[in-house]
Amino acid sequence: MTSVSLQQVSKSYGTVEVLRDINLEIEQGELVVFVGPSGCGKSTLLRMIAGLETITGGELQIDGARMNETPPAQRGIAMVFQSYALYPHMTVRDNMAFGMKIARKSKSEIDAAVANAARILQLEPYLDRLPKALSGGQRQRVAIGRAIVRDPKVFLFDEPLSNLDAALRVATRIEIAQLKESMPESTMIYVTHDQVEAMTLATRIVVLHGGNIEQVGAPLDLYERPANTFVAQFIGSPAMNLLPAYVAATGDQTQVTLAGGRTATVPIASGSDDMGMAVRFGVRPEDLTVTDQDDYLVEGVVDIVEALGETTVLYFRAEGGELPLIAKLPGIRNIAKGASVRLTADLSKLHLFDGKGTSFLYR
Amino acid sequence: MSGIAGQRPLLIWVVHLSVVALVLLWTIPTFGLLVSSFRDGDQLSVSGWWTALTSTERNQILRAPAPSEQVREGGQWVIAGNVFDGQAPGEVTRFGFSSRGPSDFAAGETAEMKDEQTLTVAPDGSYRIVSPEEMSGKRGSRIFFTAIEPPRFTLETYREVLFSEGIGRSFINTLTVTIPATIIPILIAAYAAYALAWMTFPGRSLLLAVVVGLLVVPLQMSLIPLLRLYTDIGIGKSYVGIWLAHTGFGLPLAIYLLRNYIRGLPKEIIESARVDGASDFDIFRKIVLPLSFPALASFAIFQFLWVWNDLLVATVFLGNNEDQLVMTGRLRELLGSRGGNWEILTASAFVSIAVPLLVFFSLQRYLVRGLLAGSVK
Repeated sequence: MTSVSLQQVSKSYGTVEVLRDINLEIEQGELVVFVGPSGCGKSTLLRMIAGLETITGGELQIDGARMNETPPAQRGIAMVFQSYALYPHMTVRDNMAFGMKIARKSKSEIDAAVANAARILQLEPYLDRLPKALSGGQRQRVAIGRAIVRDPKVFLFDEPLSNLDAALRVATRIEIAQLKESMPESTMIYVTHDQVEAMTLATRIVVLHGGNIEQVGAPLDLYERPANTFVAQFIGSPAMNLLPAYVAATGDQTQVTLAGGRTATVPIASGSDDMGMAVRFGVRPEDLTVTDQDDYLVEGVVDIVEALGETTVLYFRAEGGELPLIAKLPGIRNIAKGASVRLTADLSKLHLFDGKGTSFLYR
Repeated sequence: MSGIAGQRPLLIWVVHLSVVALVLLWTIPTFGLLVSSFRDGDQLSVSGWWTALTSTERNQILRAPAPSEQVREGGQWVIAGNVFDGQAPGEVTRFGFSSRGPSDFAAGETAEMKDEQTLTVAPDGSYRIVSPEEMSGKRGSRIFFTAIEPPRFTLETYREVLFSEGIGRSFINTLTVTIPATIIPILIAAYAAYALAWMTFPGRSLLLAVVVGLLVVPLQMSLIPLLRLYTDIGIGKSYVGIWLAHTGFGLPLAIYLLRNYIRGLPKEIIESARVDGASDFDIFRKIVLPLSFPALASFAIFQFLWVWNDLLVATVFLGNNEDQLVMTGRLRELLGSRGGNWEILTASAFVSIAVPLLVFFSLQRYLVRGLLAGSVK
């Protein structure tokens, strides 16, 4: 069942258009993550769903009903803000009960809902404290508890972990994942710029860029089959290497010539029209392996070696290439700066993008 | 004290000394007023408050009883008495019998007057006028003397100010003006400030600009038109009139101050409350108002002090009768009609300072920082 539906939704401030023709269907029980660089419009989109920003074009439906003009409180949503937004003069209990008190629910109903949320989030010992007496992680849990108490159809999270330190962020991320598991019926929309959060939490990821949706899909789909160079480089860390190349032969498999003169045969189909086309050839740093065979993919001189223990990251310049390339090799490697390395990759993990940056898989 | 690296200790000392100097500069006159208000009126008029603990030297004149009071003592006619009769005792140092030489003689000496009369004033103040003949005339002779008086402190002026000069009534009148004139503008301004800060409606920024513009309009400009308006619509000179006037004069500053404060509250709190289903009125009452206590308290102190100390507006909008005369007006009358009696002024100043101080100290606990702690970040 569709829980949230966006049809041709757009947003502009005066003449400045920040979101264009967003079409998206979110099923009940999904956890959809909006991800993208700063200024891509992901928070604006979330706030439009929440009703905190007006929708200037298109239609928003929640549970099949048009919601464009409905005030936030009647949309059946609850929002968790990046900055917690707790009411500083109220105890944790009152913070969580505020929405229900406004809705004039009975005292027993409120107490039960607050007790339930406090139990789920392990906030029971802190119910009578003021927010200032809580740690950052506890405050964020109160903010989430406030959302749970409202029992919404859709949970909206606006970068809820950005204010936490690294260790707490990991812990709270896992708590959110467990929370989602304990409430399989509820729909969640989660905004973040952190792709780790996106990859670990999402059922589906929506990649936004410059006011458009670049791709929607399951996390590993986006990783394995990015629709364009933006998604290819945004998902995955370090970013995917893109090398300029020419199509040398077409068919079920495509043969490309790299700038250095090497050729590679990629198991991606192409049409005869593509012959000679300038393309970009993509390979993820972690898919590259060192080889001493002659059928290597790229050869280059190592500029920088980052030894992290679990992995060794090489920054190198390929022959004939201008951009530095990155290879991420597992474990500790004894490779010196200035050394010449030959790298190759599993052919099934290669990507091809046309001149406009669209993947050959999605043409 | 280990400051931040690079901070010069000398500068810190300069800052601290300047602060101490400024504090002294502000508090010394007030302290002087306090001391003066407890001093004896006569001593107050001849020496400064800093001499309050030392004896005062004062020149006085006394007219001796008329010759009809003389008694015969063994062939001489004598008029005797004490210069300190009817006042606190002191010590006479010098005396004289004419305005040309008011301190010609040391105490205990005998001064030769006309007609072979002699005048002796002892250090303890007792005097004798002795004449071999029977003295005649209607008026007694004058005795000039210089006396050293020990310091005298009294609550007399306070009693006079509080109970016998009608200040008590004026005090009530001032409270009648001040309390509503403080509360009404705060109530109105808080609503207006919330609307101007967090509600979107057409013309909002223009309205705000008008309010800011009104800050610079001198209120003197509107006194007479307003009074005429009051007379025309039948309010006249009444408490309602002055409440409305003070409300109007206070509103621009109140709205401006409160609006800026309320605008500074974290946006997420307001939005969060909106998502929780709170109406604007709920948000105002349950979120914004409790969080705005510091701003409300500071404006309340401002407005209270201003109205409490106001003379101009009260003079225009209230009558001069017992029922409507406020403290400031009463003090002005005391000063005007009593001229030199400024021991009354010192005491009444302290009576009128007391209430604003009380208001300040009772409201200053709301002037707390960190009210927003734990809300965001």
